Amino acid sequence: MASVDSDIPTTERGLPQALKILVAGGFGAGKTTLVGSVSEITPLSTEEIMTEASLGVDDLKGVEAKTTTTVALDFGRITINPELVLYLFGTPGQQRFWFMWDELATGTLGVVVLADTRRLDTCFSAVDFFERRGIPFVVAVNRFEGAADYTRDEVREALDVGSDVPIVPADARQRDSGKEVLLTLVEHVIRRRSPISTG
Amino acid sequence: MSSGGYRESPDGDPKKPVFYSDVGAGPLVRPYAMTGGRTRAMATTLDMISVVVASRREVDWAAVQPESASILKLCRRPISVAELAAHMDIPMTVVKVLLSDLVGKGFVLARAPLPAAENPQLNVLQAVLDGIRRL
Repeated sequence: MASVDSDIPTTERGLPQALKILVAGGFGAGKTTLVGSVSEITPLSTEEIMTEASLGVDDLKGVEAKTTTTVALDFGRITINPELVLYLFGTPGQQRFWFMWDELATGTLGVVVLADTRRLDTCFSAVDFFERRGIPFVVAVNRFEGAADYTRDEVREALDVGSDVPIVPADARQRDSGKEVLLTLVEHVIRRRSPISTG
Repeated sequence: MSSGGYRESPDGDPKKPVFYSDVGAGPLVRPYAMTGGRTRAMATTLDMISVVVASRREVDWAAVQPESASILKLCRRPISVAELAAHMDIPMTVVKVLLSDLVGKGFVLARAPLPAAENPQLNVLQAVLDGIRRL
């Protein structure tokens, strides 16, 4: 059967450009579930080999040798229009992967920090990381069965985030809820970039 | 970066020196065997969300190693580096090295991600909002 080739772009200008949003949070907070609920593809998983000096990273005191770590990343995709594709990356939540966050955070539009109210402390390091780098983020509070309901103010106080950081309740399994979280993030990014914003 | 050479084997046996083609690579770990031990993509800076596409249909498959051939087949349509790596089940770092060779040879075109962090591109952000609402 004769195949019909689509037009081959002659320069890279003919290709769509990509953007990314990170979904960060502790292990089991629902990052991949959230990515999957809004992604147009079943979340994919890939690995990155990181070569890093391990000193101070894993608390291996005195160990200065380079180590090779393989870090798994789950991600999904949303086609915005023919020129623009948005990728959502679930980032490894453990603090020892901070070097991975640095690479992932480069050029990111913003971050969804997914909080699990049963273990709020598991997202402290993510909040701290993005706050220090001035990367816009929202906190999505994933509802788990049997977990106590906290008000936004209680979560804000527990995480010690500024009053400008949106905190949204979420159900990572529901597409509408995932959409709402992403919209809140992008609106927050727009507000921060608007010249009339007082910060 | 640094040049290669022979060094002591990790188990300390002086009769079994290990060849390092790039000191930065450390001992040759298997995924990097496909890249000749190189751990960094030269010349082209590829991001995990760089979008790539094969730039020509006719390829002398015999002259291309199998992994590069797989890349060329997978990027007949625009695809991101991360997706390529996921489909090939090869770490992204390795895919980037192979891709940068293909870009260097003119077999593949690559488009860098939108520099979202630097510029307030409100029209882009508005497009993202609209795209998410349409989901």
